[in-house]
Amino acid sequence: MARAVSNKTKAFNTAVAGTLAFLMFFPILWVIILAFKTEEDAIRAPLDVLFNSGWTMENFSTVQARSDYFKHFSNSMIISIGSTLLGLVIAIPAAWAMAFVPAKRTKDVLMWMLSTKMMPPVGVLVPIYLIFRDTGLLDSRIGLTAVLMLINLPIIIWMLYTYFREIPGEILEASRMDGASLREEVLYVLTPMAIPGMASTVLLNIILAWNEAFWTLNLTAAQAAPLTAFIASYSSPEGLFYAKLSAASLMAIAPILIMGWFSQKQLVRGLTFGAVK
Amino acid sequence: MATKASRAAARLMISPAVILLFGWMIVPLVLTIYFSFLRYNLLTPSGNPFVGWENYYWFVTDPSFKAAMINTLVLVGGVLLITVVGGILFALLLDRPMFGQGIIRIMVIAPFFVMPTVSALVWKNMFMNPVNGFFGQIATGLGFQPIDFFGKIPMVSIIIIVSWQWLPFATLILFTALQSLDQEQLEAAEMDGASWTSRFWYMMLPHLARAITVVILIQTIFLLSVFAEILVTTNGGPGTATTNLTYLIYVSSLLQFDVGMGSAGGVIAIILANIVAFFLMRMIGKNLDA
Repeated sequence: MARAVSNKTKAFNTAVAGTLAFLMFFPILWVIILAFKTEEDAIRAPLDVLFNSGWTMENFSTVQARSDYFKHFSNSMIISIGSTLLGLVIAIPAAWAMAFVPAKRTKDVLMWMLSTKMMPPVGVLVPIYLIFRDTGLLDSRIGLTAVLMLINLPIIIWMLYTYFREIPGEILEASRMDGASLREEVLYVLTPMAIPGMASTVLLNIILAWNEAFWTLNLTAAQAAPLTAFIASYSSPEGLFYAKLSAASLMAIAPILIMGWFSQKQLVRGLTFGAVK
Repeated sequence: MATKASRAAARLMISPAVILLFGWMIVPLVLTIYFSFLRYNLLTPSGNPFVGWENYYWFVTDPSFKAAMINTLVLVGGVLLITVVGGILFALLLDRPMFGQGIIRIMVIAPFFVMPTVSALVWKNMFMNPVNGFFGQIATGLGFQPIDFFGKIPMVSIIIIVSWQWLPFATLILFTALQSLDQEQLEAAEMDGASWTSRFWYMMLPHLARAITVVILIQTIFLLSVFAEILVTTNGGPGTATTNLTYLIYVSSLLQFDVGMGSAGGVIAIILANIVAFFLMRMIGKNLDA
């Protein structure tokens, strides 16, 4: 039982935490505000920006016209959703097998899979770049989808494994007793119970793939560039056009910001590989 | 119980993942090690002779290597210090009873979902620009000399940006860990007259120790590879002031096309990351048994 806390204490806590949280969030809020201002207004003193200027939607169409937002947006969508689904197809059987038919070396296999995630990307940049160049995969969505699938595969397997482990094995045994085949068992017993876990895995991995900025910057040019690279093109001198930079930034982060808010809990599990619950 | 048939099926189900990950790990790794012993520059097409440790020698003795190592240390250390201390404070704060905790938590976590290129450009231009940036405007408005962030203190500026991105991560994990602390124990200690400070030092901090270690190790793995933030703000400059090991390897391999040198740097980066990974894997492995 928690102790009763006076409303005064609660209000005080709210004020302190709220102020700090607001400061953390402020850069994003400022981007949202400036995205709807004209360039002239965007560089005025902050108080004038807030209380002494109008609103406009013009920046969004300018950004689209200048750097084709929708092309990069669809690249981001294809690459992040594609790599996640592809990863899921490979990870579900593996995680299922390790969770329900554990062998002596299952733990070693899991740990080894995780260890591939520890490889610094820059350590293998040169060979991957050369392989991609020689096979025509540079600046292609297929190549990038494959790379992002591979770098996130350990996380997908690991998350699914921890979710599957929480499904009681007795239920599976009971279905087997009743004569369910392996296929039926997976399809009709396991899948419905695993759907929430799978949904969070998908969500977290789309976020990670969407924001990945090492391989997407190094392996793409004009054609397959996702939003991370699209924004990089706004580094100086365009960066000094605050309103356009804000509009472009907002368009790049909005989809994932919304998804992120739904996946806070899974974030801890996915990013600590179950080490913190 | 698992039968022989189901074991065979299980092995079959795991194998695609194992084969893919093994290929993804071993092929580039072997190639990186192989290239690191060759004189191999994409701009000078002449058979790529084996040169032994030459690339390593030149990579390590180059003055920019020493600078990059120091910068990497400063960047990782600075961000860790800010995010761990800040994360503990935020977690303690969020753990107290308050109104609208959901909204407050969402605001704290939001920066984590902003892609690195966006946060770097937004901070650099809209906040840290000495003339029109937010901080510059505020400073000028109050009659102070605005700070020229990227001109005068480029590394500190990058540390601020990266810390802003990672503070939510540390907060979220430490907050999750704090919530599993037994409230009754804390209350009992309070009844017995333990002050908040002693409750913090002797109960909360030991309880958080494990989560703090996990935060430090995981963040270190990611922070060793900070790249996009440097690429879009400073390009490693001025001079080598913000070149970390990752960026230095990028410069030698993709800007100077020196495959051999870049690979030698890559091997060094892999060794460094593995030292950290070794400890992280041990922590995670222990948890798997529990």
